[in-house]
Amino acid sequence: MSGHVSPKSTYYAIFGALMVLTGVTVAAAFVNLGTFNFPVAISIAITKATLVILFFMHVKYSSRLTKMVVAMSFFFLAIMFGLTLTDYMSRGWYTSPRGSTGAGTQVGVSANPPARTETAPAAVQEPAP
Amino acid sequence: MAAHADSHGHGHVHAHHPAHQHHFETMEQQSEAATLGMWLFLVTEVMFFGGLLMAYLLYRVWYPHAWSEGSLELDIVLGGVNTVVLIGSSLTMALAVRAAQTDQRRATIVFLILTMALGLTFLVIKFFEYKHKFDTGHVPGPNFHFEGPDAPQVEIFLSLYFALTGLHALHMLIGFGIMSVILWMAIKNRFSHEWYTPVELAGLYWHFVDIVWIFLFPLLYLVDRSHHFA
Amino acid sequence: MITATATESPVNYLNHQSTVASWLLTKDHKRIGLMYMVSVTIAFIIGAFFAALIRAELATPQGDLLSADVYNRVFTMHGVAMVFFVLIPAVPAILGNFVLPLMLGAKDVAFPKLNLLSWYVFVLGLTFTVGAMIYGGVDTGWTFYPPYSTEGSNSNVLLAGIGVFITGFSSILTGLNFMVTIHRMRAPGLTWFRLPLFVWAVYSTALVMVLGTPVVAITVAMVAVERAFGLGFFDPRLGGDPVLFQHLFWFYSHPAVYIMILPPMGVISEVIACFSRKNVFGYSFVAFSSLAIAVFGFLVWAHHLFVAGISAYSAMVFSFLTFAVAIPSAVKTFNWTATLYRAAIWWKAPMAWVYGFMGLFLVGGLTGLFTASLGIDIHIHDTYFVVAHFHYIMVGGAIMGYFAGLHYWWPKMTGRMYHDGLAKLSALLVFVGFNMTFFPQFILGYLGMPRRYHMYPPEFQVLNLASTAGATVLGIGYLLPMLYLTYSFFKGQKAGANPWLATGLEWTTQSPPLPHNFIEQPIVTEGAYEYSKREIKVA
Repeated sequence: MSGHVSPKSTYYAIFGALMVLTGVTVAAAFVNLGTFNFPVAISIAITKATLVILFFMHVKYSSRLTKMVVAMSFFFLAIMFGLTLTDYMSRGWYTSPRGSTGAGTQVGVSANPPARTETAPAAVQEPAP
Repeated sequence: MAAHADSHGHGHVHAHHPAHQHHFETMEQQSEAATLGMWLFLVTEVMFFGGLLMAYLLYRVWYPHAWSEGSLELDIVLGGVNTVVLIGSSLTMALAVRAAQTDQRRATIVFLILTMALGLTFLVIKFFEYKHKFDTGHVPGPNFHFEGPDAPQVEIFLSLYFALTGLHALHMLIGFGIMSVILWMAIKNRFSHEWYTPVELAGLYWHFVDIVWIFLFPLLYLVDRSHHFA
Repeated sequence: MITATATESPVNYLNHQSTVASWLLTKDHKRIGLMYMVSVTIAFIIGAFFAALIRAELATPQGDLLSADVYNRVFTMHGVAMVFFVLIPAVPAILGNFVLPLMLGAKDVAFPKLNLLSWYVFVLGLTFTVGAMIYGGVDTGWTFYPPYSTEGSNSNVLLAGIGVFITGFSSILTGLNFMVTIHRMRAPGLTWFRLPLFVWAVYSTALVMVLGTPVVAITVAMVAVERAFGLGFFDPRLGGDPVLFQHLFWFYSHPAVYIMILPPMGVISEVIACFSRKNVFGYSFVAFSSLAIAVFGFLVWAHHLFVAGISAYSAMVFSFLTFAVAIPSAVKTFNWTATLYRAAIWWKAPMAWVYGFMGLFLVGGLTGLFTASLGIDIHIHDTYFVVAHFHYIMVGGAIMGYFAGLHYWWPKMTGRMYHDGLAKLSALLVFVGFNMTFFPQFILGYLGMPRRYHMYPPEFQVLNLASTAGATVLGIGYLLPMLYLTYSFFKGQKAGANPWLATGLEWTTQSPPLPHNFIEQPIVTEGAYEYSKREIKVA
């Protein structure tokens, strides 16, 4: 069978890059970038993952089908995240003077939520079947 | 694809690799099929973790304060060391595949053992992290104790922490089992440049496990180390 | 005894080995397909038993046969059995397993041992679920919504959840196997656009199985873990959102209905092409519509959440997308009709089931548009209108499509013919019984009768009674094939390699096929439905 054989130096170089990026992401976490901390961390993670996928998993040298399969998984993950968030991000948006048909921006979180050890409403005791 | 109709009756003779499965015409077809199969399996794994990540994403948006508090409870040194260890094990795994590709039996075995050793290191460190959580009462459920106004949402954060890292650790354990089999096969000198597919597939699986951690580390440990929210 | 001819051998996949071990350890996709038929039929009988209980209870307005709690368990187990153990696997795991490698000119699927494992995993999942039933059942509805499933219910949620979780892997592995088989094991010359439409359908289904099932698996696992260990994912007291469960659950469960309907649609294409002796009109449109349904099907799930508290804006988005997903299904329906138009149709039993499918699927699909409309859905959500809608598609559509395929490929699978007249009668009984059962439910739902209640106001009784009466007819319609097909298996008239004079590689080999399918690997030089090139006079 013919598979691309990467030189060892490639692997060491990628490992080095991954170590550098790990250091960068840790350092960046201690810097207050406000709302940008999250996107920066995710971007670094995506970069690292891409390096692993392309070089350690040989996708760079694989067939077009393999590349499509990899892309497909992230595409559908993005659909799940994105479309679900269309609900959550738009809750509480104005709809009419009588109020929104959706719930508020988040489920009510009171200052003193009942402890979880307080029993849930006792399950209805039906006669045993 | 080459068009030829072979008669596969008993009179036909050509050298068969011992690992050749006869519903495939050629070894190459078999290897390509196996690799595609493993990639599709990894697709299912992406979606599997994806469900938990969706929950994480939603609650992080809703409860940045609690996420910050919860994340600061995790030991960044241990998490960072684990990241280095796991990426290192990916390196040794890639080198193991390469060794099998280039007919280096000894090197294959050494790199596989190194991969397993690094993986074991990861799990040991994880064990101590979990133990610390148990000792401080930070395990979600009926015995959860956490000081702070956001305790209920921190409980959600920690539920996701345990679910994500637990699922990840479970995958590592399975990876261990896979590695043991591959190691045994390598010791038995089953691999060569003609056929090293099992090593390659094990490698794909292991790299996937590494990639999951590459995301889990910042998502869980690096939420708000600059104390922007808490 | 089969007499050996120049192209036929007395040895076939059924008789070449007969020990129990040769079946339970088989790697032959054909035997595995039959084994699935046995386990799926058992699950169907279980689900039908619970359906009978439902209709018996609903014959009278009072909740007199079953208590509310028991009724909850009955409809839950009906749903769980039918959705996960009948509808999802029926066509792919039974007919797909049997026919796919034959259609591709291959000796087996890509991973035969994995295929066998899939069946064992299916049986294990079924065992857990039956275990849940025996221990008293589950009362959450097949949809397992928290917080009831995580805290309120004191039924066997964990057992049933484990059963569903395990069975999901059967689906995942089957889908994976099929995708690799189609990509890598097509015969020489069998390009994508020469593939039979059933293969396109199965491929699209496999795509959904691979991408969607893992999400419901992790979601059910989250419910189980929350219930068993008290971890918090959906608990509102912690600030969790039960609607998140619904998002995650339906992210799979909506595409799941396309797993249920795409393969039967593929069957319809095959049967229509054969019995109208024509290429399917607009072949590439039908092929692409399968892929479109698979992909678009992932974009519509929140139409199950319209009244759950999602935002009005996202509801509008999902409503629009739901209308869009109807388009590829409509394309198929138009193209099938165009295929039949001015064709000299050979009137045989498989076509009876096809006609039934087309009528019932049409009603089911159109009523989906009603439910997709936000304003209408506010009124009909969780009423019998929805129940009727999904039964028209799932039973009227998917199950009839399954029976069409079963009757079409039965001669190939068994080497025997069945009684054609009885088969047509069964199709008629199912069609009539089905409409009697479910059409009144549209009216009941429109009038406001809610689903999942064991009692109802007396003014709904006439329609409910009609529905129950129809269910009896439907039951007979399903019982008959079990009888005449079993008879046919042992005593039916021998069928040759190609009793329907159909195109397709599966018909070029003997019936029943050899253990390894073909004597020589076929080479393909023409499209899938080149009936015009054939000099065949049909009697």
